[in-house]
Amino acid sequence: MKMIYLDNNATSQVAPEALDAMMPFLTDRYGNPSSMHFFGGSVARDVAVARENLADLLGVSPTEIIFTSGGTESDSTAILSALATSPERREIVTTRVEHPAVLNLCKHLARFKGYTVKWLSVDKEGNLNLDEVNGAISTHTAVVSIMWANNETGVIFPVEKIAEIAAERGALMHTDGVQIVGKIPLKLKNTAINFLALSGHKLHSAKGIGALYLKKGTRFQPFMIGGHQEYDRRGGTENVPGIVGLGKAAELAAKGLDQERTRVKALRDRLQAGILNSVQFARVNGSLENRLPNTLNIGFEFVEGESILLKLDELGICASSGSACTSGSLEPSHVLRAMGVPFTSVHGSIRFSLSRYNTAEEIDFVIQQMPVIIESLRAMSPFGRDNTSIACTVQ
Amino acid sequence: MWEYTEKVKDHFFNPRNVGSLEDADAIGEVGSLACGDALKLYLKIDPDSHKILDARFQTFGCGSAVASSSAMTEMIKGKTVDEALAITNQDIADYLGGLPKQKMHCSVMGKDALEAAIACYRGEPAPKDHLDGELVCECFGVTDKHIREVALENRLNNIEEVTNFTKAGGGCGLCHDKIEKILEEIRGQLKLRQSTVDVPPKEMTNIQKIARIQEVIDKEIRPSLQKDGGDMELIDLDGSHVKIAFRGLCSSCPSSALTKAGIESKLKELVHPDLVVEEVMA
Repeated sequence: MKMIYLDNNATSQVAPEALDAMMPFLTDRYGNPSSMHFFGGSVARDVAVARENLADLLGVSPTEIIFTSGGTESDSTAILSALATSPERREIVTTRVEHPAVLNLCKHLARFKGYTVKWLSVDKEGNLNLDEVNGAISTHTAVVSIMWANNETGVIFPVEKIAEIAAERGALMHTDGVQIVGKIPLKLKNTAINFLALSGHKLHSAKGIGALYLKKGTRFQPFMIGGHQEYDRRGGTENVPGIVGLGKAAELAAKGLDQERTRVKALRDRLQAGILNSVQFARVNGSLENRLPNTLNIGFEFVEGESILLKLDELGICASSGSACTSGSLEPSHVLRAMGVPFTSVHGSIRFSLSRYNTAEEIDFVIQQMPVIIESLRAMSPFGRDNTSIACTVQ
Repeated sequence: MWEYTEKVKDHFFNPRNVGSLEDADAIGEVGSLACGDALKLYLKIDPDSHKILDARFQTFGCGSAVASSSAMTEMIKGKTVDEALAITNQDIADYLGGLPKQKMHCSVMGKDALEAAIACYRGEPAPKDHLDGELVCECFGVTDKHIREVALENRLNNIEEVTNFTKAGGGCGLCHDKIEKILEEIRGQLKLRQSTVDVPPKEMTNIQKIARIQEVIDKEIRPSLQKDGGDMELIDLDGSHVKIAFRGLCSSCPSSALTKAGIESKLKELVHPDLVVEEVMA
């Protein structure tokens, strides 16, 4: 059975070119870039090229890139640095729909470190209210941390605008850019954003590698303290294969940005239209316009998400769900709840996230299977039909 | 990804007894769309033998909820309602070769729907949505009574297990203190059950009953009386009347009436609920 991978917001296939670029550093070229000898020193040059490629993708200078172990480390580094360098400011502004990497860190800071966290709400399309954002950021704000694009719905937030508001009030601006990097062209140099976190495995490189963009002139305190690597901003011997792979993936992403906007988006729109046309009582979660080109989150009423995933899985189709049952927690997705998605469809929400490796045949197969799956589950469900409710109506 | 057994997968992908019964003699409904899972159970019951002739279900929920519903209907068909009621949620989980621990509430849902349907058949008020008792978990609408029942039956020890089995405490977490209190209350009872005395069989002859009463007295009661310089002796069993005599300091102790009540409740729990303790001079 051929696998159809539509879960790229969770993780993505390593690009073959990225793997090829990494291999020498897992085999013959094991030198330490900090070494004085040629064997190590030549590796440092490959790290430098990777840094340039990533900087180009973001529209920044290579010296503004710090390689880390991934998105979570980058988020922690940015937020904790901003707090440490603004000791007189005790407030954090963030949203209710952040990834756990930011959400749980902020909860932790509120609970154990005495910070005040202002949680911004979203409307039913998943958008922020700029008036509310404006009211929340003050001269007491140390850091504003707002994701650029939401991982579950793909909804894009106006972080460039928010960064300007933060700058006016002397607050630092961090954005979790894990989902947006490589999908939308960015030119960070021209913005007031101080920090951006990104993760390698979301853009077709390996797991365990990520980066933090740190705007030149931003006051900074390292998270990992040790050797002089990364210009004294992140101690620890470089993850050279990861860095080289991420550099290659960034180069490919820069070339593929047009494809994301055109071909990937067309496939996503085809999937969306195909499902909405053939399945009744289905609705898209999140803004239709203001959204990543690869993401589609659909709520199916009267059925439960894990059941849908199991049926998809049997056909080799990989997707994910905001249902409670898939997470190990009992509550459905915090993002969909924050948007006020009706309880009739919140448990039956499925996220498809595409990549440039998907094909039209794959999408058509999913479009063909979805109504069958939903119908079979609805036939089993006690809801969604003329319901002689309440026990003991028959006796 | 959940580690589901082959049996769970089989009952999810090929569920048995899906659907409704037009001429059902009983319907049991638990759960809701808001909670994320719900089960509606239809039973056809023979009025003379009280045997379950047919069972059908409709389930909204995850893979293990569907599988638990399917397994439960297979297990109860052909059984009398009394036999069906003896099935525990653990039996349902065992039938499926086990469930992931976070999914045990699915088997509880199966058991609850069965109880609701049989209550319906008997004309009793349906124990619908566990509305009996005081509301503990507001997120999932779970009462103290339901938590206590499930915790006792499944010997649950901590909040996480309570959440896995009942969902209580799985939302905002504000009720964790209340759940902890319930667990503390029942821990004493659980300790007793886990003690050297096994759970009694349902039907016992008089001799078996006497032997068991003697065992409970020797293992559970006398040691604590002896610590205070007292003692007791089993004199006779007359029907359900257990005749005992106090010895040592107990015989002159003014609070022996309290002691007697304590002995009675222990015997009721560990031997038979109908037992009454009487003090005699012997």
